[in-house]
Amino acid sequence: MLPQIYQVQRVIRETHDTFTLELLPSTRSHHFPFAPGQFNMLYIFGVGEVPISISGDPSKSKLLVHTTRAVGSVTNAMYRLKKGDTIGIRGPYGSSWPIGKAIGNDVVLVAGGIGLAPLRPAVYQLLSRREKFGKIVILYGTRTPADILYRRELEQWRSRFDLEVYITVDRAMSGWRGSVGVVTMLIPKAPFDPSTATALVCGPEIMMRYAVTELQKRGVKTGDIYVSLERNMKCGIGLCGHCQYGPVFICRDGAVFSYSDIKHLFPRREL
Amino acid sequence: MVILERSHLQQFLSAIQKRSYRIIGPTQRGTAIVLDEISSADDLPAGWGDEQRPASYRLRRNDDKRLFGHAAGPESWKKFLFPPSLDLFSGKRAGKSFEVISPQNGRNTGAADEKIVPLAFFGMRACDLQALRIHDAVFMNCAYPDPYYRSRRERLLIVAVTCSSAGGTCFCDSMGSGPAAGEGYDLALTEILRGDEHYFLVETGSPRGAEILKGVPVKAAGKAEEEEKNRLVQGVRKSMGRSLDTRGLREMLDLCFEDSQWDDVAKRCLACANCTMVCPTCFCSTVEDVTDLTGAQAERVRKWDSCFTQEFTYIHGGSVRPSIRSRYRQWLTHKLAHWVDQFGTSGCVGCGRCITWCPAGIDITEEAGVLRRHAALDPRYRKETEPHGKP
Amino acid sequence: MENLEGIIRDHQFLKGLDQNTISLVAGCAANVRFDPNQLLFREGEEANAFYIIRQGKIAVEVYGAERGPIIIDTLGEGDILGWSWLIPPFHWHFDARAVDLTRAIALDGRCLRTKCESDHNLGYELLKRFAQVMEDRLQATRIRLLDLYAVKS
Repeated sequence: MLPQIYQVQRVIRETHDTFTLELLPSTRSHHFPFAPGQFNMLYIFGVGEVPISISGDPSKSKLLVHTTRAVGSVTNAMYRLKKGDTIGIRGPYGSSWPIGKAIGNDVVLVAGGIGLAPLRPAVYQLLSRREKFGKIVILYGTRTPADILYRRELEQWRSRFDLEVYITVDRAMSGWRGSVGVVTMLIPKAPFDPSTATALVCGPEIMMRYAVTELQKRGVKTGDIYVSLERNMKCGIGLCGHCQYGPVFICRDGAVFSYSDIKHLFPRREL
Repeated sequence: MVILERSHLQQFLSAIQKRSYRIIGPTQRGTAIVLDEISSADDLPAGWGDEQRPASYRLRRNDDKRLFGHAAGPESWKKFLFPPSLDLFSGKRAGKSFEVISPQNGRNTGAADEKIVPLAFFGMRACDLQALRIHDAVFMNCAYPDPYYRSRRERLLIVAVTCSSAGGTCFCDSMGSGPAAGEGYDLALTEILRGDEHYFLVETGSPRGAEILKGVPVKAAGKAEEEEKNRLVQGVRKSMGRSLDTRGLREMLDLCFEDSQWDDVAKRCLACANCTMVCPTCFCSTVEDVTDLTGAQAERVRKWDSCFTQEFTYIHGGSVRPSIRSRYRQWLTHKLAHWVDQFGTSGCVGCGRCITWCPAGIDITEEAGVLRRHAALDPRYRKETEPHGKP
Repeated sequence: MENLEGIIRDHQFLKGLDQNTISLVAGCAANVRFDPNQLLFREGEEANAFYIIRQGKIAVEVYGAERGPIIIDTLGEGDILGWSWLIPPFHWHFDARAVDLTRAIALDGRCLRTKCESDHNLGYELLKRFAQVMEDRLQATRIRLLDLYAVKS
């Protein structure tokens, strides 16, 4: 499994530690078809390889977009990349958000922190066939207003009449005119019909756990709730064994799972 | 079935060598029987046997000159198709960019197909043959087959051997993997030593195997010989010292997720990872980056890894399985239960290596037995672990 | 002219109270309105009211010398603001400021406290409901305490 070489076209500093890389293939025109929710293995020469969700528009398959946080040696090396630098890409791997299955339903997306990045392609795809879905609601929570990702895009989405966007932060300086509170608290009052809703949830595992509880309390069916899980990955293709979560491989059977498929695993500790 | 005299075994080996195979077989080295290249029948461990118990392995001299009078050694055949260290690719800096280079030379590389020397596994036991079939499912029957594994596997010649006595820690009978070799061999030998008579019953399993026998002096065998083999196999089966009840293991281990037995094992288990290294089916690996001092060249190397290490599940600043309790549970549950969901068979072949080579003498069959006794007290057990055909 | 008693009877928070109790509570209620940025109350002041927010947004704030005011919670339509009127020493623990134009029903805490002392049934019904509000707030706060979005290294 050899990586393809991609070149950095643009680096966008989203927040103090989160950034987006826009990549184009180095050699021949290479389309990169992917489904929302999938990820790539990104290789930095001499440093290492990490799994990062794809966060671009699936209909613009020439440009490869990845948003990530600088937390370890590889992502810190990525943080220092500039236009023209190169990166190795393997993928796309993993399962995807069930956009097709959600046709006819209301769709509620619950994102926590960097969890908005793997959900953004889903939003693009939903909006590209807007008429096929009922209400679309985005619930996004993050630490402080300075940590809000894709700010301009969120403002654009919020200004649409066929989309509801609710943003909340854990805390804010006075002057912030938005909500302060945990994102799961947005669920009870979000404007969607739980009996015909598909929920896509992505964020820290604890946040997803509480979000699922709130969604179920509202009456969203377990089989219509989808989560995106994360585990240590070395190969991304189901061979190294690291990402096993009970009987499933997160890289191959996930990262997106229907909650009903893993609900017996979710509460297990040290699984 | 045909008969090959012991005195003609060398011709048999030569027939294999003539066809450019590199023969790997058991050979005595120091205080163990290992798997390495053999050049003649003299390299085989004639007369050597072993005494295996939990946490104990000793070579001893047998009363007879059987070539295969020993059981599984510390090594399994997995290291040949799934090497402990494998160069995946190297990268070379090219200005602002870098080039990806598929490795062309070196022993453990994805070398170009024509340069691969085909291997012959000589003396593969039934349990290890089962393990090979399991690895075929892991490395080839998947979305991204391993090219190194596949290229070597396609060229592999397998000469299996029926065990003539049960090893001290074996339980292949429980796992349905032996003592007689199942399908997949090119040739299978059963060693018969009786008084002055010393010969091998040879069964052909493939056209490749039949081809090897051409020119090797063999004579036809009859019903009597087949019966002899069956008697031998039955005897070995009956003499196995341990067993593992495989009925409903998936459901049982699911019920046992929070069982107290895991705490008990955790007191003994050192998380040394020996079991995963000697196990013929364990396949976990990691990838490491190696750069030269100038930073102009970088290599990605795949290495064996073990779920018993602290860092195996490291993510976002911590390990998901920080306790030894959870890591042992992961290993056993994966081996006996999750494997079925993933690959359709049990991951255990009953070779007993993990029992022999565990410094704390932890016995997987014993642990599974205790868990089952505990599970039987759970009201959900009866309903969920009805025996079904396969483990 | 709005019928306060009607609004109180139908409100989620006070659902299930019998007619007498509703009238009792309504007797202590009044419509109020806060302009954007208007302070409702300050930390340390006597707490003699609670608010049922009908429209708008209130920010619950903490003031720190070097950091200025920090918003730790925002409440909107349907939310309940304030339980310190019920718990000694009956002082506010935070500031509350209207973010947007806000309309609410203010309930006289002192008046209700007196009524609760003599009518324990009323006291129990109110405490039950406030216990739920506190639990929800505590849960939501505890989750934020985990600082889930912070970088762990």
